[in-house]
Amino acid sequence: MSAPPVLECAAVRKEFRGNLVLRDLDLTVAEHEVVVLIGASGSGKSTLLRCVNLLEPVSDGSIRLDGEHITDPAVDPDRVRRRIGMVFQGYNLFPHMTVLDNITLAPRRVHGRARAEAEAQAMGLLERVGLADKAKEFPDRLSGGQQQRAAVVRALVNAPRLLLLDEVTSALDPELVGEVLDLIRTLRDDGMTMLIATHEMGFARQVADRVCFLHDGAILEQGPPERVLGEPAEPRTRQFLQRIIDAGRL
Amino acid sequence: MTEADRPGGEVYRPSELQLRRERHHRRQTRRSVLVAAASTAVVGVLLVVAVTGSPGWERVHETFFDPEEAWRALPEVFTGLLLNIRLLLFCAAGALLLGLVIALLRTLRGPVFFPLRALAVSYTYGFRGAPLIIVLYLMTFGVPGLRLEGTPSVLVLGGIALVLTYGAYIAEVFRAGIESVHPSQLAAARSLGLSYRKSMRFVVLPQAVRRVTPPLLNDMVALQKDVGLISLAGPIDAIRAAQIATAQSYNFTPYIVAGVLFVLMAIPLVAVTDWVTTRAARRQSAEGAR
Repeated sequence: MSAPPVLECAAVRKEFRGNLVLRDLDLTVAEHEVVVLIGASGSGKSTLLRCVNLLEPVSDGSIRLDGEHITDPAVDPDRVRRRIGMVFQGYNLFPHMTVLDNITLAPRRVHGRARAEAEAQAMGLLERVGLADKAKEFPDRLSGGQQQRAAVVRALVNAPRLLLLDEVTSALDPELVGEVLDLIRTLRDDGMTMLIATHEMGFARQVADRVCFLHDGAILEQGPPERVLGEPAEPRTRQFLQRIIDAGRL
Repeated sequence: MTEADRPGGEVYRPSELQLRRERHHRRQTRRSVLVAAASTAVVGVLLVVAVTGSPGWERVHETFFDPEEAWRALPEVFTGLLLNIRLLLFCAAGALLLGLVIALLRTLRGPVFFPLRALAVSYTYGFRGAPLIIVLYLMTFGVPGLRLEGTPSVLVLGGIALVLTYGAYIAEVFRAGIESVHPSQLAAARSLGLSYRKSMRFVVLPQAVRRVTPPLLNDMVALQKDVGLISLAGPIDAIRAAQIATAQSYNFTPYIVAGVLFVLMAIPLVAVTDWVTTRAARRQSAEGAR
């Protein structure tokens, strides 16, 4: 018997005040797999990530993490979220804490680890992403790219089974996008299981094992990046990619 | 920086146009200062003439600004002021604590907490509307009238009235602060596995309190002044002491003494408030400009 996939969404439905954002969406992410979600704004990419992290309750369907039904009402969401890391578009670092305190908050306050131990681990991770010298700085002293890399470290510190990345480069100045994408490539090479929503098609092509095109709350087309981005079967996918090319983003 | 681009250096010489501009600005500034000085002098003279030239000035001068009377009343009024200060310290701590608790109760979600939430909401509605004097009378005259076993002193009851009234305002200030923290901060905290309570404690509240410190200090300045209303209930504070002195001499100067002492007591707190406010504003704009 093989292990269950890391993430399994079955017929996930999400309604916001009569507005259907996710329509019976199915998605599976295997261990060490990198799945990239593409699609227009409002297609449901962010909503799906927020549902997986239980930041939004689903309206129907089920989500399983390592086979455990996490959308079951009896499940404690805080326990689930410890196994999932999430990085947001706007970094969402805590402005009143240093970078180091941002990263050690969860290990110390959720896992009850000692400060010295948590800080040693955090410093190791910061070292890896080249931010060790910024550990004692407050987030507003860092560039956007540095803040986002710190946010990635904060999400990694719980050693999550799954990392969710929600448009992590959309708020960055163009010249800072590269350093964040490099970091994500490193994570991929380390075997991190990731579900990524992005507008960076070039990046999607490089990093994805599988690309899913979301349209109107459902996955319209999915497959290896060369196929979905190179020779899409669906007219809607072609339309979307054409608009991106016209905008000079590919 | 090289010598050449340093303004006023050996190499740099302002153009004729720039010199003309600077001369113009200097002229403008000189004119503004002169106009301001002249208008201030005119208003000042008019005020002094109107007050000292009024028909009743002689009597007002005697009954409100008698230096001998002021000196005689000072020790008692000052002793009374110490009571005000003690009361202020306790009431400020109590009102801040009550306000914070009420604000947190109002953020609780879930049907279980409905009664607590409803209590918090009706409290802030009721006590922000109720005049302080009426609350004070109710507490200091009404409650002892019940003749319950172990009723605290009038001073404590009056302090409770102040805490109840100010707690309602402070609760709203805290709530505004909590709501001003962007929801994405809470989302980030929850995504790390922190419970709602821990997210509040470590992420939302520290940011909220920082933001509302200036308005809170302003409420403290107001509280400091309203502490004097306790005199209506009987305890001998600065104002009550002034009233007693006035009743003995038929001279109102002790009230002025008490008023001046209150203002002197307020100045440090007002200065701290201004300082904190400008610092917060500067921080905010620095963040915005980044």
